[in-house]
Amino acid sequence: MEINANHRRRKFTDKAMNALSVGCALLVISPLAVILFYLLKQGLAALNWDFFTKLPGPVGQPGGGMGNAIVGTLELMLLASVLGVPVGVLGGVYLAEYGRDRLNDWIRFWADVLNGVPSIVWGMVAYAVAVVPFKTFSAYSGGLALGFIMVPLVLRTTEEVLVLVPRSYREAGLALGLPRWKMIVRIILPTAMKGLVTGVLLAMGRVAGETAPLLFTAFGNRFWSHHLTEPIAALPLQIFAYAISPYDDWHRQAWAGALVLITLVFLLSAGVRFISSRQKS
Amino acid sequence: MPMSLEEKSFNPPGQPPGNPAATSAPIAAPGVRPAGTGHPAAPNREVVFDIKDLSIFYGANPAVRNVTLQIPARSVTAIIGPSGCGKSTFLRTLNRMHELAPGAHHTGTIRLLGEDLYARGVDPTLVRRRVGMVFQKSNPFPTMTIAENVLCGLRLNGVRDKRLLRERLEQSLRMAALWDEVKDHLFRPGTSLSGGQQQRLCIARALAVRPEIILMDEPCSALDPIATAKVEELIHELKKDYTIVIVTHNMQQAARVSDRTAFFYMGNLVEYAETRTIFMNPANPQTEAYVSGRFG
Repeated sequence: MEINANHRRRKFTDKAMNALSVGCALLVISPLAVILFYLLKQGLAALNWDFFTKLPGPVGQPGGGMGNAIVGTLELMLLASVLGVPVGVLGGVYLAEYGRDRLNDWIRFWADVLNGVPSIVWGMVAYAVAVVPFKTFSAYSGGLALGFIMVPLVLRTTEEVLVLVPRSYREAGLALGLPRWKMIVRIILPTAMKGLVTGVLLAMGRVAGETAPLLFTAFGNRFWSHHLTEPIAALPLQIFAYAISPYDDWHRQAWAGALVLITLVFLLSAGVRFISSRQKS
Repeated sequence: MPMSLEEKSFNPPGQPPGNPAATSAPIAAPGVRPAGTGHPAAPNREVVFDIKDLSIFYGANPAVRNVTLQIPARSVTAIIGPSGCGKSTFLRTLNRMHELAPGAHHTGTIRLLGEDLYARGVDPTLVRRRVGMVFQKSNPFPTMTIAENVLCGLRLNGVRDKRLLRERLEQSLRMAALWDEVKDHLFRPGTSLSGGQQQRLCIARALAVRPEIILMDEPCSALDPIATAKVEELIHELKKDYTIVIVTHNMQQAARVSDRTAFFYMGNLVEYAETRTIFMNPANPQTEAYVSGRFG
């Protein structure tokens, strides 16, 4: 009897804990669901072909789009990757393959500190480095700011992915008489390729939504920018500008812009999921 | 002189001197006859490894102490001993893999066919091309096909000659007794093979660069008895052309495959002699206790 009662109590506790954790999980997901629902509701109305192809219209005149901002964001992501991917990946290779313990600890520590630096600070750095000397806001400076943010992200994920490659492959490569760099480039990096791509895509998704570092670097532009030395439009900037404006039409467009931006990030994440699911099979 | 360690050439398409090449001609090409012929137990064989007073350390801890021994050519030398006795560490100093461990260093000398392996200016990658290695766990590269795995060492070292590559592919797989099993699917991933096949693939990969010596670090410990028998048979074949040094936990295996056996205990070389002597009539009571299974 005693045992039976005990058993019943345990079963109850088990169920209660289960329900609690499911409830917490739902609590975590629900804001996302609410945001997505609200974005779809508000954004879809203003979403049409013009939105993707046209420039923003003049104040008071309905219509127009964010074509320049969408293209601008893609350009900025590309520019950021040009800086962030090689530096991050090579740094990660150094940490995982070459570095000595003491120095590695320092690099890791600083990378983590840099990961925690508020993004607007990166904007200020890029402003000081790339805007002030050239006396103009530019796509380059925006890409630089976003690239700064990418470097420590890519560095750390690269290191983690490379460390997961079993040591036996390194030894096998070296035992064939391969120089170390060749072993890394031809054996270790291909083995870790899917993880590397995943890390890069996640970092790109992260910087795609950054607004603050672009405020005084890319600056925004109501027109197509024809050169990377000119100020350039970006979705987050455009959303920001339209959201704080007093016009209803612009508000609707800001919602649509937010929907497009979140879709972009979602697509990157979906790409990551796709790549990592193929890795298992 | 054999191929110099400083020499940059990498077994080019022709046949390098003193190399057991395609024809499975014996290693004893004319001119390969360095010093050290006077080993009492191997009077007719040149000494491949001449090791003197070798002590190996991890940081301050000695893993191997004052080992002096000579390994004769075209024979199988087994290294046995309980776990932690330093046998793997010893093996890894023979192709300079040991120095990859942090804090690893050594004293004493190792001569490979008369040349100091650790002399200044000796490139470890060239040492490793001459002294190949097969590991405990089979480790075919997961991104490569069977063929790519075998040819990896050649291709990544710059061999482009298609005909040579095709020849080496078949020869190496045949030598590793794997050709018949894989010839119809050379372009499947190397990891699609069974455990025993993967290990033979790794042996083929090591053979493809035509090393002069093959080190094996417990090559059968992850294999079932049938796969083990195949690898042992293979070792028996390979010793016609190659010098093989094998570390094994399995004393029966040492007795089956080796010509000479070294017994290591606590970092010391306790006894080194003909395998038959070690197992039937060891000079040292410790050796006797170990091979008869009374400890370890």
